[in-house]
Parts: sequence; structure tokens; C-alpha cells
Amino acid sequence: MMRWFKQPPPRGVLLALLAAGLAACFAIEQFGLVDDYVRFVLITLGINIILCVSLNLVNGWMGEFSVGHAGFMALGAYLSACVSVKWLGWGDPLWMFPLAVMAGGLLAGAVGLLLGLLSFKTRGDYLAIITLAFLMIVKSGIENIPYVGGPRGFLGIGNHTTLLWTAVWTVLTLWAIRNLVYSRFGRGIVAVREDEIAANAMGVDTRKAKLAAFVVSSFFGGVAGALFAHQLQFINPGVFDIVKSTEILVMVYLGGIGSLGGSILGAAAFTILAQVLQPLGTWRMVILPLILVLLMLFRPRGIMGMREFPWFVPRREFPAKEDKK
Amino acid sequence: MDYFAQQAINAVQLGSIYALIALGYSMVYGVLVMINFAHGDVFMVSSFFCFLLLLVLPVPFGAALIIVMLATAILGVAIERLAYRPLRNAPRVSAIITALGCGLVIQNTTLSLSPYSQRMPELFVPVLQHFGGVTVSSLQVLIIGVSVGLMIALDFFIRKTRYGMAMRAIAQDRISVPLMGVPVNQIIAMTFAIGAALGGAAGVLYASAYPVISATMGVLVGWKAFVAAVIGGIGNVRGAVLGAYVLGAVEVFTVTILPSTYRDLVVYSLLLVILVFKPYGLLGRPSVQKV
Repeated sequence: MMRWFKQPPPRGVLLALLAAGLAACFAIEQFGLVDDYVRFVLITLGINIILCVSLNLVNGWMGEFSVGHAGFMALGAYLSACVSVKWLGWGDPLWMFPLAVMAGGLLAGAVGLLLGLLSFKTRGDYLAIITLAFLMIVKSGIENIPYVGGPRGFLGIGNHTTLLWTAVWTVLTLWAIRNLVYSRFGRGIVAVREDEIAANAMGVDTRKAKLAAFVVSSFFGGVAGALFAHQLQFINPGVFDIVKSTEILVMVYLGGIGSLGGSILGAAAFTILAQVLQPLGTWRMVILPLILVLLMLFRPRGIMGMREFPWFVPRREFPAKEDKK
Repeated sequence: MDYFAQQAINAVQLGSIYALIALGYSMVYGVLVMINFAHGDVFMVSSFFCFLLLLVLPVPFGAALIIVMLATAILGVAIERLAYRPLRNAPRVSAIITALGCGLVIQNTTLSLSPYSQRMPELFVPVLQHFGGVTVSSLQVLIIGVSVGLMIALDFFIRKTRYGMAMRAIAQDRISVPLMGVPVNQIIAMTFAIGAALGGAAGVLYASAYPVISATMGVLVGWKAFVAAVIGGIGNVRGAVLGAYVLGAVEVFTVTILPSTYRDLVVYSLLLVILVFKPYGLLGRPSVQKV
């Protein structure tokens, strides 16, 4: 039995499990198998996994420190809301919603490209400051656009984020980022974290690697924002502030950097914790950062830092079984 | 013209308060190469200290200033001791995350204890003086005077005393300085104490100038001061002061031209532009003394 967990299952098993999971999501949605609260928490979990894995690409695998992820969420949320309410509001959600989510993701990705370009000049602390400035600019920029409601927020967004869509996007995110970081090109991203200068000297195009990491990370940040907007049906600029970014940071460092399995665990732990601590009101936002601080002091690697469930690792990473002699 | 002069005075007043907070960011960065994200919230808490103090016993301005500065210094040292010192040799990112977390803990604790903004009791009764069309209140003179006095004292301290020399030495080389017999831990704790005390002074001055205080002030005001420190060249004490006055002027004159909702947009865009063209701030990094 343990053999199953020490190396990835055959491709067929993995696909069958995925199909079963998606079918279960569809069934839950179609026949109303769980109550609204559980459904809400499950969708939140999916969105949190997308956020956590995508931020982990920049903060974990690439080793930078971005606090701007909520800004990408905001871009995705607002553009997708514009598409689904103002521009294609007449459309059938079946084709219009994916379009809106894609649009949100693409806008966030395009802006992520700009941040990636800025990251050529600076690293570390100064890049963290740039992402902070980006977050503040997005937030106060949106506050000054009356077309999307300004500081009052954007009302009347349709409830289009179904469990199935969330699951599809979650799987897509995990798949895309897994394939990126285990590709030849993606190892350049990890090389940037370990030693940028040495990586450059070995012929790794670190600029391309950085751009790719920023674009992919912000694209999925935007997607998560779009799903988030169509889950809550109301967004205002105040939602996408530094506190939201910190929540995502808690998930990333709780789960552990550079790990897909860790990101899922971190997102799950955070989602459950946030629900359990709900009755505490604003004290909740005392406890969550406190967890982050204690984590940094006593277990800086998080749950799974730099380790991985074999199931998330491509099969070719494992040496072929030696024949018994 | 009068209007312009009036706004200029307001800009200097705001810039002075920013400068006091920015110095705390800059000193810590200079010594430890670490962004102390919690500093803005330390500033915020200091104005609540002042509020509580005045609630308990109405002391005069000078006494309140000193008591609050002491209390804030203790808080600053406590944060350093509990949260930052254990991480001094950990990866840099751990320290930034911890600082961010500490700031949020302070901010949200204050928010939970005082969900609404508080109206500050009057600490100082201002006297208005008219010079032509320009009105200067004695409060403004006091704020600018106290801030500039503290800045000059700090500059003297860093440049002329043994402790200041030790701080500069740690900024230059933290590995070999202990070998020369400099008590690094004490000097770093002292840096945090001074930085926090200056933030405490800023808290008292801010609360007497704009007497409505709230838990979000750390983000609204404190982080602006951080922007000022970065614009000036973080780690550089004189740069922090320069950046603060630049920022104060930009903010005040933005609001006179554009609606006030554009203020943050302009400030953070300015930060981005400066970081793109002068990645290490106005007063640069390499040739200037760090603290």
C-alpha cells in the first residue's frame, strides 16, 4: 500500500481520480448534495488553493517576496465583473463566465508582465516595496474609477462561481504550475532563488524565467479574483488590501514554500481555521498573523517546505525501477 | 500667493511628522538591513498611549511627550527581543514576514479593543498668529520645532557619540564589529528604542495636530513615512528626512490640485517612478554613510 504514496500512480489512475472528483463536484452542484454553507466553504477552499499555489510560484519557487497578490486578484475581479455584468451581461453564463474569468486572468497577467520587467532592476526588499506600491496603486486607482463603483464597490455581480468551475480552475492551476516548475525552463525559476548570478553564468535566461513566473502567478491570481468576485457577488476596493495579501502569505508559508502539496495543505488549514475562528470577529485577524510570526520563529519551513507529495511530481522525475537480479 | 504659503507651512508640518517616523524605518534598515514593517503600527499605538495617558491624568504637553516616547521605546525593544532577534541569522524573507505579521497583530489588537476612531482630548491650546494673509498656529511651530530638534539631536548622536559610532560600525560590518568589543545586541536594541521613541514623538505630535486617531493610522500614515524613507534612500538618516519633506509637499499640493482621493495614487506612483529610475532612493546607497 505504501508503494502507492512513494511514487506517483500510473497516469490512468490519476486521470480517473481527477475525473471522479470533477464528476463529484458536478453531482454536488446538480443535485444539491451539500448545504449552501459547505458549498461556500468548498468554493473558498478552491479559490484559496489557486491563490496559494500561484503566489508560491513567485514567493516560494522563485524566492522573491511579493505582497501584491491581492492587487492581481483585484484586477481579475473587477475586469471579470465588468465583462459579466456590463459588457456581456446578456450572455449565457455557460460561455460568458469562462470568458470573463479568462479576461480577468489575462489583464492580471499583462500587469504581472510589467512587474516582472521591474524585477530586473531590483531584488529582495526593494522588489517587495514595488509590489506594495503596486497593490496600493491598484486599490486607490479603482477607488477613483466611478464606472466600477469607486470606493462604494461593484454591486450586482451574478453568482456564477459554481463548485465545478472552481474545481476545474484549481486543477488547471495545479497542472500548469506543476508542469512549469518541473520543466527544463521552470528549473530556471528555482535557479533564480538559489543563486541568480550563478544561474546566469550557467546559461539560464533568468530574465525570461522571472517574467514567466510573474506572468503565470499573476494570471492565476487574476483568475482567483474573478472566481472570488462571482462567489461573493459584491466587491469593493477595500477587500483587496494588504490584509488579503497577508492572508495569502500565511497560506503559502504555513504550507511551505516550493511545494504543491504544501500549498494545498496550507490553503486547507487556513480556510478551515478562518471558518473556525469566525466568531472571534476582528480578533481573528490578530490570531492569523500571530500564527505567521510563530511559524517563522519555530518552523520557518512550514508544513511541507521544499518537500512534495510524490503524486504531484511528474513520473519522469523518478528513476526507472531496477530489475531484480 | 498667501494660499501657497499657507499650504507650504502645512506641508512642512506634515513632512516633519513623516520625518520622525521615517527615521525609525531608516535606522533599523541601516543597522539590520531589514524592513521593520511593524514600525507604522508602533507609531499608531503610541498615539493611543497618549490618548490613554490623557484619559487617566491630564498631564501637560512636555510630560506627555516624554512618557509616551518612553513607553513606545519599551514596546519597540520588546518587539525586537521577542520577534526579530531570534531570526537575525535566518533568511531575510523570514524577518520581513515576521515584521509584517507583528504589524498586523498590533493593528488588529488595537482595532479589536477600539473599533471606532477616538477623539483626542486637546493637548495644547493653539494660539493663532497672522502674518499678512498667512495664519500660523503655535501648534504648528511646536510640531515643527520639536521634530527638527529631535532630528538634529539624532544626527548629533549618530555622528559624534560612541554609541552612534557603534551603530555606524554595525551598519558597515556586522561580522567583525563584535570582535572589536562592541556589544552588538545592546546597540541593536538601542537602535530599536530610539527609532520607536521617535515614532512615539510623532504619534503625540500627530494626535495633537489631527486629533482623531484610529487603528488604521499605521497603514494610512505610518506606511507613508515608510515611502518617504524609501524615496530618500532607506538606511540613510538624512535621506529619510529629505524624503519626508518631499512627500509632505507632494501630498499637500496634490490635494490642492486634485480631489483628495487621488492622494494615495499619486504618492505610491511617485514611489514606483523613483524606484524605477533611482532604485536606491534620492540620496543613493553606496557613497553615503548608513546608520
